Amino acid sequence: MDLSVNLGGLRMANPVTVASGTFGFGREYAEYYDLKRLGAVTCKGICLEPSPGNPQPRIAEVRAGLLNAIGLQGPGVREFARSALPWLRSQGVPAICNVWGHTVEEYAEVARILSSEEGVGAIELNVSCPNVHSGGAAFGTDPATLASVVRAARAATSLPLFVKLAPNVPDITVFARVAESEGANALSVTNTMPAMLIDIERRRPFLANVQGGLSGPAIHPVAVRLVWQCAAAVKIPVLGMGGIVTSDDAVELLCAGASAVAVGTANFVDPTTPLKVLDGIRDYMVRHGLSSVREIAIPH
Amino acid sequence: MQEETTVLSNEQAGVGCRRLRLGAPGVASVARPGQFVHVRVPALDPGAMRRPISICDADRASGVLTLLFKLVGRGTEALARVAPGDRVDILGPLGTGFPMPEAADVALVGGGYGVAPLYFLAKTLLGAPSAPRIALFVGGRSAPDILLAEDFSALGVDVHVATQDGSLGAHGLVTAPLDQWLNETLADARHATDARHATDARVAICACGPAPMLRALDERALRLGLPAWLSLDRRMACGVGACLGCVQRVRSGRGGETTLARVCVDGPMFPAGKIVWD
Repeated sequence: MDLSVNLGGLRMANPVTVASGTFGFGREYAEYYDLKRLGAVTCKGICLEPSPGNPQPRIAEVRAGLLNAIGLQGPGVREFARSALPWLRSQGVPAICNVWGHTVEEYAEVARILSSEEGVGAIELNVSCPNVHSGGAAFGTDPATLASVVRAARAATSLPLFVKLAPNVPDITVFARVAESEGANALSVTNTMPAMLIDIERRRPFLANVQGGLSGPAIHPVAVRLVWQCAAAVKIPVLGMGGIVTSDDAVELLCAGASAVAVGTANFVDPTTPLKVLDGIRDYMVRHGLSSVREIAIPH
Repeated sequence: MQEETTVLSNEQAGVGCRRLRLGAPGVASVARPGQFVHVRVPALDPGAMRRPISICDADRASGVLTLLFKLVGRGTEALARVAPGDRVDILGPLGTGFPMPEAADVALVGGGYGVAPLYFLAKTLLGAPSAPRIALFVGGRSAPDILLAEDFSALGVDVHVATQDGSLGAHGLVTAPLDQWLNETLADARHATDARHATDARVAICACGPAPMLRALDERALRLGLPAWLSLDRRMACGVGACLGCVQRVRSGRGGETTLARVCVDGPMFPAGKIVWD
C-alpha cells in the first residue's frame, strides 16, 4: 500500500498533517507521540516581528465547534528560526511553515528568510485568518490582492508554496485559479469560518475581539464542498482541512479530491487524532481495494 | 501523559458539585498539588473540547485521583452522569503546581470550587517532616458555594468561612477574616524567637479562585512583603501550551517588560507581583 504523497513538491510519507495554529511548533505534542509518524508538521503562523495576539477571552466552545480569536500571537520569524526550527528539524518530519504579514512585502520577507533556513519543507501563505485586522483575510478575500501576495512570495522562495484559502468568499474557484496562476504549488482548503458568540446574560460579545474563527465539526461539510470545488478548478494538489474528528471525515475530504489532509481542532480533543485518522485511512484503502492514497478521490 | 482511567465513584459533594474518583495510577503517581487534568467527557459528542479540572487529591499508593467540580455547563453536567466502571480519558498532570512554601504559617485562600487544589496542597504540606500551621480562608456568594470545609477541618486545618450574603460564616468577602488573621499572625511572629519566624517569609499565601479575589490577595502580598502563589482559572482548549487560548500577560523582568504566559503550562499559579491585571 502506498501512503506517500507528493504535495506540490513536498514529499510526505503519509497524507496526514496538522492544521496551523493547533499544534504550536510541534514541541508540545512530542510528549504524546513520535512526530515522525505524521506526514508533516504544520507550524503556527509566523510573521516578521513578534506579535502579541488578541486580548482575553480568546476562545469559546460552541455547539459542534470551537470559536477562537487568538490573533496570530507569535515570536517572529527570526526567533522561530533560532529556537523552534532547529528542534523541529531534529524530529525528522517535514515542516510546513505557515506565514502571514501585515503587508505584501512582509509576506515575501518572511518567505525569503525561511527559505534561507534549513529544514523548511514548504511555505503555506495564510491569507485567510479572520482574527487580525491588517493582514490575514484581508489578503485572501480580494483576488487582485491575493495575486500580489502570491506573486511576491513566489519571487522570494523556491520552496513548495501553498496558499491557504478563506471559506467566506462567494466563489472559491476564483481564488484557487489566481493562486495557481501566480505560481502556488498547492492549496490549503480551508481556514476557520468567521463567526461570533454573544453572552446574552452580560449582553455583550463573548470574545474580546468580538468575532472569531469557527473550527471543528461544524465546518466539516463546508470544507468538503470547498475542497470538491477547488480540486475541480485547478491542477495543483489540495491539502484538505476543516473539522476532521474521525478518519471518515478525513476520507471524505480525500474523496472530494484532497491529496492530503490536516487535523486541526481535534488535536485539542485527542492529541493522537492524526494517528487514528491515518490508521482509518489505511483500513479504508484495504476495504475498498485501493493501493494508493491518490485512488481515494472520486470522479467529479 | 494521556491515560485511560476508570471511574471508581461519582458522588454529590455539596450543592451542584460532584466528587469524582478515578483509577488513574499513572497520573496519580506523579501529580503535585496545584496541577490539573484535562478531561475528555465521555457522554459529549466526539469533537467536544476537554475540561480542565484541578486535582483535589492524588494517592500514589492506591492510584486514586480525586476531582471536585462544579456543574457550570454542558460539559460538567455530562461528566456528573458518569458511573463507576466508565472509562474517562485524561491528559495530565498538567501545569506547574504550587511550590512548597517554607513558611511557618500558610494561609490557603479559596474562592468557591477554588478550594479543590488547596485540599491536595494542605494534605501534602501536613504530611511533610516540618509541617507548617495551615489556615484556610474560603469564600463564596452563599452557603452552598462553600465546599470541603469539613474535609479541611478533618485534616486539622484552621477553617475560616465567609459568604457575601452572610448565610455561612463571616458576612462579606473572604479577605476580611484573612486580614484579621494576617494582623494577628504577623504580630505573633514579630514576638516569636523561633528562627523560622524571624524571616520575612514567615507567612505564605496560596490561593485559587476568581480573578478579583486573586488580585486583592496579590495587592496584600506585595504590601506586606509575603510570598504568595495565585492560581488562575482560565478557559483552555489544548491544555498543553500549543493553542495560546489561555494566555495571561505577566511581568518578565525588572525593567517593566511584560510577556504572555500560557496559563496551562507556565501556570496556572503565578507568584505575587507577576500577573499584570487588566
